[in-house]
Amino acid sequence: MSHRDLVIVGAGPAGMAAATEAANAGLSVTLLDEQPRAGGQIYRDVDHVPDHRAALLGPDYTAGRDLTVALRSSPVEHVTGAVVWSIEPGFCLSYSRDGRGAQLTADRVLLATGALERPMPLPGWTLPGVMTAGAGQILLKQSGVLARSAVLVGAGPLLYLIAVQMLRAGQPPLALVETQTGRNRRAALRHLGGALRGWPYMAKGLRMLAELKRGGVPRYIGAQDIRIEGDTRAEVLCFSHRGRIRRLACETVFLHHGVVPNTQAARALGVAHHWSTQQQCFVPTLDYWGRSDVPGVFVAGDGAGIGGAKAAALSGRLAALAIACDAARLTPDERDQRARPLRSARAREQAPRPFLDTAYPPCAQALSPRDETLVCRCEEVTAGTVRAHARAGCLGPNQTKAFGRVGMGPCQGRYCGLTVTALLAEATGQTPDQTGYYRIRPPLKPVTLGELASLKTPPATGEN
Amino acid sequence: MNPVLPFLEIEASSAPRVEVRFDGAPLLLPLGANLAAALLAAGIERFRNTPVSGAPRAPFCMMGACFDCLVEIDGVQRQACMIEVAEGLQITRPGSPEVRHVAS
Ligand SMILES: Cc1cc2nc3c(=O)[nH]c(=O)nc-3n(C[C@H](O)[C@H](O)[C@H](O)COP(=O)(O)OP(=O)(O)OC[C@H]3O[C@@H](n4cnc5c(N)ncnc54)[C@H](O)[C@@H]3O)c2cc1C
Ligand code: FES
Repeated sequence: MSHRDLVIVGAGPAGMAAATEAANAGLSVTLLDEQPRAGGQIYRDVDHVPDHRAALLGPDYTAGRDLTVALRSSPVEHVTGAVVWSIEPGFCLSYSRDGRGAQLTADRVLLATGALERPMPLPGWTLPGVMTAGAGQILLKQSGVLARSAVLVGAGPLLYLIAVQMLRAGQPPLALVETQTGRNRRAALRHLGGALRGWPYMAKGLRMLAELKRGGVPRYIGAQDIRIEGDTRAEVLCFSHRGRIRRLACETVFLHHGVVPNTQAARALGVAHHWSTQQQCFVPTLDYWGRSDVPGVFVAGDGAGIGGAKAAALSGRLAALAIACDAARLTPDERDQRARPLRSARAREQAPRPFLDTAYPPCAQALSPRDETLVCRCEEVTAGTVRAHARAGCLGPNQTKAFGRVGMGPCQGRYCGLTVTALLAEATGQTPDQTGYYRIRPPLKPVTLGELASLKTPPATGEN
Repeated sequence: MNPVLPFLEIEASSAPRVEVRFDGAPLLLPLGANLAAALLAAGIERFRNTPVSGAPRAPFCMMGACFDCLVEIDGVQRQACMIEVAEGLQITRPGSPEVRHVAS
């Protein structure tokens, strides 16, 4: 089994930047990612896209090539197509690649596993034809595949970005159905100072809105009572807007109301998490280097709290500097000197977040879905069932397993965990921190017997 | 048959097309393309039926997190959004609307 100074999980901006920085400081580094190519979610396939598509996706996308080029010219070993499903203390990482299991050991681990779309349970959200907006973007970036007749539903700048990209590709969305309200925008004004420090982002947002207006894409702001109708697939998006019921016929519905940290690997390692009121999600508890309470475990990028791609790369580099210092490859003075410009750049990147988080809060209807709405996609459990568990005495997500099957499907709660915490907290009157989150045990992804059999020392897997 | 599909490819793929079978029907897909994207572009709307209620499902996240794109290849259920098109793939839909099991 080979051994490394550092193993990094996730080859998005955070993981790529961290790997390059750490390797250049003299550490032996392996970077594992389940995708076939480097880039993560934002820079998906950035080295692979044809010119025409790259032009359409714009310079914010192709900027990712700086990171992939630096990674390739560094001594980092980048293992593509590696699905990491277990990280044991000490550290031993097990992963699957091409149907075979493999393992390696490391002194330190950096988790750069990025974000997931915030779960958006609305009536009909499990129908074929309903996808996350990020999925729509991945289809476009990775495959040049675009929806012909789509409605974008939810809130946040990523929704505008996707709408603009669809417009430029000649297939504008039928409409933007937005859940934020004028009151949210007014509340956000008290964070205007931060927004102005992040002025380039604000300017970009305004340009996108102007482009959508010129393109004639209708926007319904403050939409409520959203429902996707259809028998075997999405056919109609139904919602109320300014007191009127609207029905938009469509084939595809893209949902988005923000992204949240993907905390699966950090939780499986026992890293402490806490509720972020500003971001309305759990985040791992870290110092400013990204160091967790589990010795040797660091977290960087959107997995540590949502900050966007540039902040992700900066936090990756900061974590790499701290790791290099812990491993005695840098003195504390060298670390601090190199970190200073990175820390102020990261603070600038993070400046507009409070404004954006307030102007585009999560969709209220999806945070507290009506009883009949499915919240667990895998096991098809409704919000009403989870509320009934709470009435029967269930206090936290881990107890729900004694009551039913919510969260026990293959996605391991990735698309129901936050909803279940919110429903239980609402019913019991506890805070999200008191309510807690699912306990995550390996394997993080289902493993086949063949993959297990090809390992010399099978790791312990949690019995669920 | 409706010639207008929900998804379209914005540029002609330079990759050669290879034959795969989806529930027995032959499809010509670009070699090396993302399998879920290629199936959507080929007009496949339903990838599987759930084991709980038999409800139809199709890709939701395209990033390996939701497991709604599960298809069966050589007897193993795999996430279509995480694999690439290869010649001769024999793909079937897991679950079927007729089979319903009650969650225990
Ligand atoms: C679908 C989606 C699309 C997005 N598109 C945009 C966009 O266009 N513009 C924008 O500004 N922001 C976008 N975001 C927000 C975006 O996530 C971040 O700004 C940025 O990508 C964060 O970088 P990161 O390095 O932290 O994580 P990511 O870029 O998400 O990279 C994480 C990597 O970890 C890998 N990974 C996770 N778990 C495992 C595992 N168990 N084993 C192996 N590998 C694993 C993933 O494959 C992924 O490549 C998007 C988010 C999502 C979820
Ligand atoms: S579409 Fe979600 S796992 Fe493939």
